[in-house]
Amino acid sequence: MTHINQTSAAPAKSARHVIENVSRRGLFAGAGAAGAFVLMARLGPSTARAADSMHYDTGGMGMPHGMVSDPHVFISIDPSGQVTIVAHRSEMGTGSRTSLPMVVAEEMDADWSRVTVVQAPGDEPKYGNQDTDGSRSLRHFYQPMRDCGAAMRMMLEAAAAKQWGVPVSDVAAGLHEVVNKTNGKKLGYGALAVAASAMATPATDTLTFKDPATYRYIGKGNVQIVDLFNITTGRATYGADVKLPGKVYAVIARPPVVGGKVVSFDATEAMKVPGVIKVMEAKGWQPPGTKFLPLGGVAVIAKNTGSAIQGRDKLKIVWDDGPNKTYDSVAFRATLEESARNPDKVVRKLGDADAALKSAAKVVSAEYYTPHFSHATMEPPVGLVSVTKDGAEVWAPVQSPYGTREDLAKLLELPIDKVKVNVTLLGGGFGRKSKCDYVLEAGLLSKAMGVPVQVQWTREDDLQHAFYHTVAAQKIEAGVDANGKVVALKHACAAPTILSTFKAGADHLMPLEQGMGLVDLPYDVPNILALNGKADAHARIGWYRSVYNVPHGFAMQSFIAELAHELGKDPKDMLLEIIGPPRIDDMRKQLTDELWNYGEPWDTHPIDAGRLRRVAEMAAEKAGWGKTLPAGEGMGIAAHRSFVSYIATVVHVKVDGKGNISVPQVDYAVDCGFHVNPERIESQFQGAAVMGLTLAKYSAITFKDGRVEQSNYDNYPMVRIDESPKVTNVHVVPATFANHASGVGEPGVPPFAPALCNAIFAATGKRIRSLPIGNQLA
Amino acid sequence: MITLNVNGQERKVDADPSLPLLWVLRDELGMTGVKFGCGAALCGACTVHLDGEAVRSCGMLLGEVAGKKIVTIEGLDAHGNHPVQKAWRQVNVPQCGFCQAGQIMQAAALLAKTPNPSDEEIDTAMAGNICRCGCYQRIHTAVRVAATGV
Repeated sequence: MTHINQTSAAPAKSARHVIENVSRRGLFAGAGAAGAFVLMARLGPSTARAADSMHYDTGGMGMPHGMVSDPHVFISIDPSGQVTIVAHRSEMGTGSRTSLPMVVAEEMDADWSRVTVVQAPGDEPKYGNQDTDGSRSLRHFYQPMRDCGAAMRMMLEAAAAKQWGVPVSDVAAGLHEVVNKTNGKKLGYGALAVAASAMATPATDTLTFKDPATYRYIGKGNVQIVDLFNITTGRATYGADVKLPGKVYAVIARPPVVGGKVVSFDATEAMKVPGVIKVMEAKGWQPPGTKFLPLGGVAVIAKNTGSAIQGRDKLKIVWDDGPNKTYDSVAFRATLEESARNPDKVVRKLGDADAALKSAAKVVSAEYYTPHFSHATMEPPVGLVSVTKDGAEVWAPVQSPYGTREDLAKLLELPIDKVKVNVTLLGGGFGRKSKCDYVLEAGLLSKAMGVPVQVQWTREDDLQHAFYHTVAAQKIEAGVDANGKVVALKHACAAPTILSTFKAGADHLMPLEQGMGLVDLPYDVPNILALNGKADAHARIGWYRSVYNVPHGFAMQSFIAELAHELGKDPKDMLLEIIGPPRIDDMRKQLTDELWNYGEPWDTHPIDAGRLRRVAEMAAEKAGWGKTLPAGEGMGIAAHRSFVSYIATVVHVKVDGKGNISVPQVDYAVDCGFHVNPERIESQFQGAAVMGLTLAKYSAITFKDGRVEQSNYDNYPMVRIDESPKVTNVHVVPATFANHASGVGEPGVPPFAPALCNAIFAATGKRIRSLPIGNQLA
Repeated sequence: MITLNVNGQERKVDADPSLPLLWVLRDELGMTGVKFGCGAALCGACTVHLDGEAVRSCGMLLGEVAGKKIVTIEGLDAHGNHPVQKAWRQVNVPQCGFCQAGQIMQAAALLAKTPNPSDEEIDTAMAGNICRCGCYQRIHTAVRVAATGV
């Protein structure tokens, strides 16, 4: 990365929203008040903003430290003309590190080839919220980054006008320069840098914006990710790639059962391994309710990672397994299924579904099961921390750099200004790297050792000590009247809650989890009942790409296809019938708890059945729905709103005589509102298809005697290139700024597995109600 | 001391012969383009060339590779412009990018022996390399582009 001198003046006062409200991080920090919104508005004098045609409210204002749009914070211009733009969100493959600076560059009319992107450290008071999860980066920061670029452009124009002694109306920014419209004179951005940086930042309500028709980058798909060259040459820096003098390498033997602890250990043989420096107990905490605190165990520190692993293999450890030593996935499934059949909490009620079921001409009922998953990022968790007398410095692949900083400061009892968190590239995230336990481990060891310590998780560690995607049992019933019309839908889910990781004893779904496909379905059915059964957690439950939308979407989208079969209807027609006519479906008053709308205001992101309907129609049309297929082939469809985006998927499957699945084609229809980088949207959905296929075919983390039975990619397999969908077409619904931007990173996952299983049913007549598919087709 | 030939240079390593080559390259020699993904030769993130063959460096021991020619992603092309690297950029393959050095080394070894592979040969050769982000469609395209000229 080119080093650019900061030519900007000291940060000026600027428009900024700082409202601390609710986020995954913020919610859990106050976990006792789940669902309660705690508003601490700190609105600056220049933040009053009329809801004009170019601005709308988002949930970004409610995230910790809100949003910042000050060009003095995000942009510096070197006298040579080189522009440096700060990327403050973490890059884990979604492209936000490119796309957000691209918005700034577009609106300030910078030449992208003269832009350098630098990664911000964890500093939310300066940059605004940095929690890179929830498919929020563009959704929340498109507007602030556009404001930032617009303000910079206006400051450059003002500086040029001042220099020429003409009114600002006589000048206009062009590509990386300002032009005097009356005489054609030009001043480059480099020449204007110092003067522009001394200009006051324009107030948000005075900003003017480029005509979208003149965009060079936004919506074009012509900008490559900024790390592309470094990635293809091995020069990109991930978590384990930071070279720091004197650093040592550690691996930790963690309790094999979550909640266990070390009784005693013998390091004699481990210390004989060449390269091993030290063996020591690693401090640990016993879940549930311990958030991201380390599990503890025995650490082996060596001069390289391989020696540390070899040393760990030689450890002799006696463990106290603790209360989860009987956790057994087979037995627990039965418990969950019983809970889903006898749920004790109503979460949504429209009409009287029980009565309608009783009087229905026909009742269709089915049960579904989805197991625990692990994220299995290609880069296993890794963190480097240097604790000195001056404080702590971190280099790590983290999705929540400021959350990491807060947690490490608290753990090491340091003031937060004595902790610095540098963010490397993330070798995949998917939610795993929102949890900073691996950094906390390194911090404790560095403090004890007095040298920089890098803690590397092995693949086995990653699969056996993760924050697992929940396990879920669900039961769905539909009542159908004599005319074949669905008059009642009753959906019950029992699944351990993520809240249990933050608060011991939590045993029902939070609004955040209910809002992911249990209570928010915009269906045209007069009687709807959604229920939640009690479920205890015996493992650390965390969020995994698209979270509770995976089980909820799998069950309901499979069930609608089952209904179609029972009623002799086409599955696409059945889906459209259930969605019903275009309308805003406001079910908020039908809910027991407050609707969690992905943190977004209802008015800007209501639940729109028309948009869901349109993507279903679009995916079907693009895929050639209804065409005749050879024996052993079939198509399946699913449509699901998540992260305020509307997604439909059609999967074309071939199943051979031995039950082997191949996927010649996938069609995604994506309505994510206004979008910046269609090339990265396509890559996210192509990737979601692969992740969806992996979880449908293979993914299951199972426990026996409290221990995870999987250990590496041989028994927790991933889809590989030879079984990947051959072609995934991504059809993005065109949208203008008036269609508010929504999420892209996660929402491609939920509809894939049900669309696949519906296709398998069409191909074979076999219905998959329990994931993974495994050998069910053999 | 064990002497290795890495990217055309002699490198002396003071480590136990039982140490996997991966960790020698990464932690002792600073070749951090070589990635750790599984440690069990199941994912391909650590792929390097050993006398021209694509191998998983996590499964090779230091004592086995002395005297052999090792090429890592850092040494594939002095300017980062191997046809496979150029194809990867042309097709915009990476998402997170972590597995891509291994993918590129695998593809380069394939094309060195099979300059014009069939679709099936591409999939067979690349099936040892996992991409959790799911870039496979573009990986396949990029190998084809590299084979036919960038």
